[in-house]
Amino acid sequence: MRRLIAGIAALAVVGAGTQVTNGWAAEVVDATGYIVKAEDASRLLSIGGDTTEILYALGYGDQIVAVDTTSQFPPEVSTKRKVGYMRALSTEGVLSTGATLILASAQAGPPEVVKALRASSVPLVLLPDNTGPESLAEKVRLIGRAVGAEAKADELAASLENQLRELANARSRISKPAKAIVVLSVSSGRALVGGRGTTADIMLSLAGATNAAASLNGYKPVSDEALIELAPEAIIAVRRGPDEDTAADIAALPGFKAIGAGDDVPIITMDALYLLGFGPRAPQAASELMAQLYPELPR
Amino acid sequence: MAIESLSLPHAASASSDRHALGWRLLIAGGLVLVLAALVSLSVGPTGLTLSDLPRALLAAYSGSGAPADVHARLVLLEVRLPRTILAAFVGASLAVAGAMMQGLFRNPLADPGLIGVSSGAALAAVATIALGSSFAGPWVRALGIWALPAAAFFGGFVTTIVLMLIARRHGTTAISTLLLAGIALGAIAGALTGLLAYVTDDRELRDLTLWSMGSLAGASWQKVLAITPFALVLLLMTPRLIRALNGLLLGEAEAFYLGIEVESAKLRIVTLTAAAVGAAVAVAGTIGFVGIVVPHLVRLIAGPDHRIVLPASALLGAVLVVVADVAARMIVAPAELPIGIIMAVIGAPVFLHLVIRRGGALSAP
Repeated sequence: MRRLIAGIAALAVVGAGTQVTNGWAAEVVDATGYIVKAEDASRLLSIGGDTTEILYALGYGDQIVAVDTTSQFPPEVSTKRKVGYMRALSTEGVLSTGATLILASAQAGPPEVVKALRASSVPLVLLPDNTGPESLAEKVRLIGRAVGAEAKADELAASLENQLRELANARSRISKPAKAIVVLSVSSGRALVGGRGTTADIMLSLAGATNAAASLNGYKPVSDEALIELAPEAIIAVRRGPDEDTAADIAALPGFKAIGAGDDVPIITMDALYLLGFGPRAPQAASELMAQLYPELPR
Repeated sequence: MAIESLSLPHAASASSDRHALGWRLLIAGGLVLVLAALVSLSVGPTGLTLSDLPRALLAAYSGSGAPADVHARLVLLEVRLPRTILAAFVGASLAVAGAMMQGLFRNPLADPGLIGVSSGAALAAVATIALGSSFAGPWVRALGIWALPAAAFFGGFVTTIVLMLIARRHGTTAISTLLLAGIALGAIAGALTGLLAYVTDDRELRDLTLWSMGSLAGASWQKVLAITPFALVLLLMTPRLIRALNGLLLGEAEAFYLGIEVESAKLRIVTLTAAAVGAAVAVAGTIGFVGIVVPHLVRLIAGPDHRIVLPASALLGAVLVVVADVAARMIVAPAELPIGIIMAVIGAPVFLHLVIRRGGALSAP
């Protein structure tokens, strides 16, 4: 209770999400409003691909003892212990990693396990959800405060914000935004397309394109006929591994042939984690996508 | 017992052999359950064992704040103990419900899933997941982590009531109508579940898939409290239904002439099983297989007498789910496998082995 009051007082004085430094032991207000006392970043459990990428970018890769199955970048993360899919965690499994600090995506679950972990002696910091480009720097700063690398996190966040500003500048030079779709995969003759509320949607808007599939909610399979109706001017094929050739799968579908995919309508192939992971590489991925969508645009 | 007096003379000695076997099965089942519960309490990815229990109890009693004590208390008393109890209750409820359904419908394949109870519960749960962020938002938020279990229970119960309304005509319940209407309701619930799965987003779809495979990872004392009344009522009522179920083995008319109040028995069996299955689905998701495999296993060993089938199903059902749950948390530790997968992997081969050994002769319930 005292901690709560102290936290609220600190909040009132210096604004939301600010730490009370003490050595580096910090009281961090996480994305759900909980006041978490973080004081030991020697053994980290990272839940969420973006969280893991940010920790590596801040130089905390070696301190990570375990990750969830969505953490797949950088490649060295494959040697870490896995606590399972982030929405199907188990309380005891998480505690068995011996982590001294848990950094988790807003999507971590199930809720009962998050609740039980909150009651444990291991501090748990929940990160904000990916609602838009601004959540990127927000996540970086929160992680930085929790692990005691505030200066470095500020630097990274500032650089990300800078890249986002450059993207905005570049977008202002686009005279006519392209109508594009992001195809996650092709299965049984239908393309899985990213609609509203997906990171694919955010990335398209960052790259200065409009999402031709914005009428859909989430990732949805789209039939040939509906695809012709969407009439995209560019198709972004998401590849989940070096062996996957989504672009070829797409070009083979009749509906895509009908709209001239591969000829008049370019198919741009991008790596799934790079394009949709929404970690520190997101602005770079958006800028690369923009360069491919608008090759004529001055750099 | 009415059934006993109906046994044919030459079958009498076989029957008493089986009876003795049945009692041995009950005692063995009880012992194995105690053993399984102890294993479940002492095994987990953190490596804490029962030897840490005194420390955990002391921490709970004195409110000690030492991290190691808090850790032991959390793992043993807040995670493993409720999980073990929950697993036992879920297993016992599903197995007894299955045994009763098979007895009531005189159909070896009957289980609560067949008359649409589980499908109704699943539909309501899926609706909560799928519409929780939009349509049903306010009350889902108000109920918090209780929204899903409450919805599942409600869904199972509503389905049962609709079913009884359809099947009851002029004060009697036609078993065949009950069965067919149950299948139809199950199909409707299944279709609506599919429709909801289609409109959900990616994240909700993952939740939905995971939920449908069942898990006890979210066990808590609140969930134990939630299932206890339903499981206890079902288990405590079983002795009073044995005579009716044994009578129904002979046929509905025969049971009636034996002086069994068939109508009220049907009503009690359906409502009791619906409530218990609804509660089990609510706290652990859908866990298949227990309701079919366990009662058959018992019948293969000890014969169709419900005096043995019901209590032995409760014990073995509890053992099966407790053991499967230990496997669920250990095989891919520190991650967790859905218990439904384990259940099929453990249960199906054992069952198959028994069926083959018995020359494929499944004793009808």
